[in-house]
Amino acid sequence: MTLSIPKLSLVVLVGPSGSGKSTFARTHFLLTEVLSSDACRGMVSDNPNDQAVTGDAFDVLHYVAAKRLALGRLTVIDATNVQPEARAPLIALARKYHCLPVAIVLDLPEKICQERNTNRADRSFGPHVIRNQRSQLRRSLKGLRKEGFRQVFILDSPEAVEAAVIERVPLWTDRSHEHGPFDIIGDVHGCATELEQLLERLGYGKIVLAGDEPGWSNVGYTHPEGRKAVFVGDLVDRGPRVLDTLSIARNMVKSGSALCVPGNHDVKLLKKLTGRDVQITHGLAESLAEIDALPAEVREPFIKALVGFLDSLVSHYVLDDGKLVVAHAGMKAEMQGRGSARVRDFALYGETTGETDEFGLPVRYNWAAEYRGTATVVYGHTPVPEPDWLNRTLNIDTGCVFGGKLTALRYPEREFVSVPAVKTYCEPVRPFLPETEQAPKLTAQQAHDDLLDADDVLGKRIVSTRLRGSVTIREAHATAALEVMSRFAADPRWLIYLPPTMSPTETSSEPGLLEHPAEAFTYYRTEGTPQVICEEKHMGSRAVVILCQDERAARERFGVTGGEIGIVTTRTGRRFFNDLALEAQFLDRVQRAITAADLWSALDTTWVCLDCELMPWSAKAQELLKTQYAAVGSAGRAALPRAVATLAAAGVRLRDDEKARLEQVAKGMMRREQSVQRFVDAYRHYCWPVNALTDLKLAPFHLLASEGRVHTDKTHVWHMDTLATICRAAPELLLATSYKVVDVTDPVSVAGGVEWWTSLTGQGGEGMVVKPLDFLLQGKRGLAQPAVKCRGREYLRIIYGPDYTADENLSRLRSRGLAHKRSLAVGEFALGVEGLERFVRREPLRRIHECVFSVLALESEPVDPRL
Amino acid sequence: MIHYQRLWWLVYLPASGEVAAKQAGGVVSVCDRQSSTPSRRAKPRRPPPQPGEETTKTPMPLLLVLLFTPRTAGLMLLTISTTHRPATDLGFLLHKHPDRFQSFDLSFGTAHAYYSEVGDERCTACLLIDVDAVGLVRGKNPDQDFLLAQYVNDRPYVASSFLSVAVAQVFGSALQGRCKDRPELVTSPLPLEARLDVLPVRGGESFLRAVFEPLGYQIEAIRHPLDEQFPEWGEGPYYSVTIRQTVTLSVLLNHLYVLIPVFDARKHYFVGEDEMEKLLAKGEGWLAQHPAKDEIARRYLGNRPSLYRMALSRLVQEEAPIDGEEEAQPKEKAEETLEKPINLNEQRYGTVLAAVRASGAKRVIDLGCGEGKLIRALLKDRQFEEIVGMDVSVRTLEVAARRLKLERLPDSQANRVRLIHGSLMYRDKRLEGFDAALVVEVVEHLDPPRLAAFERVLFECARPRTVVLTTPNREYNVVWESLPAGRFRHPDHRFEWNRQEFQDWASGIANRFGYSVRFLPVGPEHAEYGPPTQMGIFSRSGDRQE
Repeated sequence: MTLSIPKLSLVVLVGPSGSGKSTFARTHFLLTEVLSSDACRGMVSDNPNDQAVTGDAFDVLHYVAAKRLALGRLTVIDATNVQPEARAPLIALARKYHCLPVAIVLDLPEKICQERNTNRADRSFGPHVIRNQRSQLRRSLKGLRKEGFRQVFILDSPEAVEAAVIERVPLWTDRSHEHGPFDIIGDVHGCATELEQLLERLGYGKIVLAGDEPGWSNVGYTHPEGRKAVFVGDLVDRGPRVLDTLSIARNMVKSGSALCVPGNHDVKLLKKLTGRDVQITHGLAESLAEIDALPAEVREPFIKALVGFLDSLVSHYVLDDGKLVVAHAGMKAEMQGRGSARVRDFALYGETTGETDEFGLPVRYNWAAEYRGTATVVYGHTPVPEPDWLNRTLNIDTGCVFGGKLTALRYPEREFVSVPAVKTYCEPVRPFLPETEQAPKLTAQQAHDDLLDADDVLGKRIVSTRLRGSVTIREAHATAALEVMSRFAADPRWLIYLPPTMSPTETSSEPGLLEHPAEAFTYYRTEGTPQVICEEKHMGSRAVVILCQDERAARERFGVTGGEIGIVTTRTGRRFFNDLALEAQFLDRVQRAITAADLWSALDTTWVCLDCELMPWSAKAQELLKTQYAAVGSAGRAALPRAVATLAAAGVRLRDDEKARLEQVAKGMMRREQSVQRFVDAYRHYCWPVNALTDLKLAPFHLLASEGRVHTDKTHVWHMDTLATICRAAPELLLATSYKVVDVTDPVSVAGGVEWWTSLTGQGGEGMVVKPLDFLLQGKRGLAQPAVKCRGREYLRIIYGPDYTADENLSRLRSRGLAHKRSLAVGEFALGVEGLERFVRREPLRRIHECVFSVLALESEPVDPRL
Repeated sequence: MIHYQRLWWLVYLPASGEVAAKQAGGVVSVCDRQSSTPSRRAKPRRPPPQPGEETTKTPMPLLLVLLFTPRTAGLMLLTISTTHRPATDLGFLLHKHPDRFQSFDLSFGTAHAYYSEVGDERCTACLLIDVDAVGLVRGKNPDQDFLLAQYVNDRPYVASSFLSVAVAQVFGSALQGRCKDRPELVTSPLPLEARLDVLPVRGGESFLRAVFEPLGYQIEAIRHPLDEQFPEWGEGPYYSVTIRQTVTLSVLLNHLYVLIPVFDARKHYFVGEDEMEKLLAKGEGWLAQHPAKDEIARRYLGNRPSLYRMALSRLVQEEAPIDGEEEAQPKEKAEETLEKPINLNEQRYGTVLAAVRASGAKRVIDLGCGEGKLIRALLKDRQFEEIVGMDVSVRTLEVAARRLKLERLPDSQANRVRLIHGSLMYRDKRLEGFDAALVVEVVEHLDPPRLAAFERVLFECARPRTVVLTTPNREYNVVWESLPAGRFRHPDHRFEWNRQEFQDWASGIANRFGYSVRFLPVGPEHAEYGPPTQMGIFSRSGDRQE
């Protein structure tokens, strides 16, 4: 006998001790699918037969079963389950997780059970136990379906048990093998005219089906490229051509060119037609009138066929490997692909809060606002003026019958195709179209994104990135990031990117140097790229500039309503300028430069995201300069001359050995005096007072993203040259970064690169950044470093201390580990790009914020800050 | 709980010098008397000691762990002069021969002792300490590397606890008041002068005077600019300090030994349980009478560093000095100090309690609970069946948990209280279902553009029946003379509202989110400027109070 059970079900084995449940379970199911009460007894008490711990054992069993079902795993309960009170919690569990409970009853003769038990050393109970269990079982048999089991299989002989074969069948809702492409069509409500136009516009061709059924038209549609239409339900009621609509949908379903899920109106009509007492409201009258208008001899067979069609509709569909879900009123993540009365109700009606609004309509519970599933959900049911994405859900019902339009979503293209209603067929109780055309409204997503959810940032997180797979954020780091984000960061709507950390080159062994370009060139050569770009490294503070063409663009694209056109943030997401007026001035100047360079149209965008260095260093880091760098210089320059002077005075008196030792120390002190001066010179290079806007210098070096694009597909030369055009338009504020392309396989070119660095750093420059010519470089082991920095000898005094170049110091400083820094650099880079890509794809803010938050969390990891 | 806690061993090292030194690698650790071993003493490099001289037998009584250390080599200088006749007696007292140049190995570098002036009228001994910072930074333990490998800082150039350690090691006998050859000198007050290059002084010259003058010293202090090219950065904290007094050398050295680290109680940490005893031993006979003894003791014992703060400060380093904790400490207190005379904090908590009691609330959440003072008050009242404290800082919550002794509360009490980490910038399901939310002195710490998020999180999503919210009344600030005009009460305040602004804001919220609001003054009301703190009590419309 073949036992067909749903792929996702809770299989409850029922049978007395000794009936062979465990053997049966072992034979037909995975070891991990079977939860046995005996095993649970063993787990909590070390003794699988200890009846005293039964309560605890079943707690464990129910807990594990709940977890499995929540995760969508078929689960088999191996316990006697002969009493209804033992089965009731299992049925409740299956209902809770929208799985079908299945009973498999092993109703074997008592003799066999008793025999088997006597053969088992660990079963020491008397024969009455099995006898009782069997009689409880027999009494249960009749009521199993009533208890809630959707399927009951009874195996009443060893032969039947032997012959049993389990077949797992997918649920009707599971069409994950269908990949479309699909055209998902909103609520039609009898608007067949608009439906015909829409199908034609979508490229479907009219066909005439063979055969003639009374009452049905034989017109169908099919797409030459094999696309499939998906109706979200509510074909009937309210509109003028209900029967034509039904014909088209049914014929397309029949011929395989469409799928259809039922809507609440369709189900209500079905109820009416099957003789249930329903109120003739909300447009049902129109449907019934059309049916009543059919000639009497046609009417009955038509109704029969219609009932058959409507009854065959499945609550919702899971399509395209689970990536797409279509349901009339939507579908929560935990219900997708599952079957229960509640799932069906949700698909048809959604959920309501129990309140009613001022029009007397039930207030809908906004499940989409809380939707966190990975599948795209397309639904209808409640008319909206425009289809609007929210958390990967889309309401496609644009109220055609109410005078709106009939809309289809082309999937996977995610384009909308609409046909306006010929007329308003029905006045909506609650007006859904905006009275007048207003200023651009925030999208549903933007309005929803006004607030982010703590659940999306707290605790350990694993973020998947396109460039580097999963990046794990540890809880402690998320904790630190939450505090910084909450206390200091700018409005998250502006925070679409945080820059990654950057590793230095491997340590050089050149005398007197810690870093040298040779190692950078070697690194990229061994990663397999022939060309690198060397960019001058500016010493200021990292700044991310987001700029929109105008306030309107800022509102449309970023959902900000404060009238600002952009923002400048630090590498930790803090507003760069405390003075908002200065920020506005600054942004305005950069914006005019972009306009002058005609970048808006060149990139076909209304916004850009730039990665920059903002100088001078002292503009943002003044506190740091004062408390650390100037402090070192001040203290050193005060103490050292005194030391040198006292040593000189002592030297006059001392003789021989004593004098020689003193002089050695004195020499060191004098050298140190010079080092401190050079240290002071080094930091002074990057400081100047800022009294006016033009005392600032902004050096953009990445044009990270603009509408529809993250520019990681361009070379760095493109970035440099494109940005240079902006810089030329505002030379008093913007600084084009000089660069040099080096062929790392050509010694002459390499020497040229080294020379360039030597000359840059010789003039007090910080150094340079070496990057592969292409923005993204897949190296030997995954993503290579997107950039390495190579800092100058004098600059490094600021980092390693005034006297780091002394041999005894350098030799010890050389052993520094880069591995952790590099792994962070690549991780943060991948997260940064991922965030931008998500923004460009217009994903919900929480998905972008996740990346930004993660970069911040990684930044709190302890690494040697000198790297 | 947090990652950095595994580093705490560095701070709470056992008081065994040898072990500590090994574990900590480069960390300065000078063992105490009992565990002292020859290898750990400061040794003159060469030549071997002359008769009449001594190697430093005095072990350092402190176990000292230095967390923030210099980056490369640096130095500090102490000179001691006398005009006693013959001035060369100084050599006997210090046990250092004037015609020698001696170097001593210390665990953190080298000390050189020599004389820059030798004459009958005046004699000057120099103690020059050369800190090997690279050696300190480098260690085998990567965690420690993280800890120690901080940014470039001034440590190598300033007189700090290093100098105290060196004094004890190089001039140990003199410090203890022993002199074999001229015992009578030990007890005779001599005209002495000590100069320190350079001493970082937190609290400026007035603190310098407050410390040395009661001890009878004349003081001369030269302040060094941070950078003369950038006068706008202001003066630095560094002074060349000379102190003069006719006093015994031993007393002078004892004073220096205890007081040098006090001026800059920032970046060295004393570890061990008997620190106070040691301080008292060195301060015997003078510290107890010192008018600034509390401040000296507080600074000497230092603040325990917060590694969590360090991690945080990594994130905000450009905006704030990296050692924000120690800096922040007095600032945190600033508001408290300001408000202390009128005992505002107590009055605030009292009024908040009255308001929340009046609401009949059983389940209460304290948003921004800080270190849990209000929670402790709530716990005492059985009216409150469930008390939850939330804060954005995990570190603060740890302190709160400790102060509330959560782990030791009996179940019946412990079940009533819970601390959660969270933020008012994010919608949070855990905040739902409370009768009352307390938001005491919190909103003024939020950036104005982010207030909207807070409003929605609390009044739209969490929606407690009652919200008790307090915030400073800016008008009252002028009443405090110590508060400079236009300055906020706390450096982290992003704004302070006057009464009108607060009431407009609160009424707007009440309107938008379906609450009613009433206002109460907290603290003594000024006829013109009103109370120092203002309170708004929001009640959800349509709810009847129990």
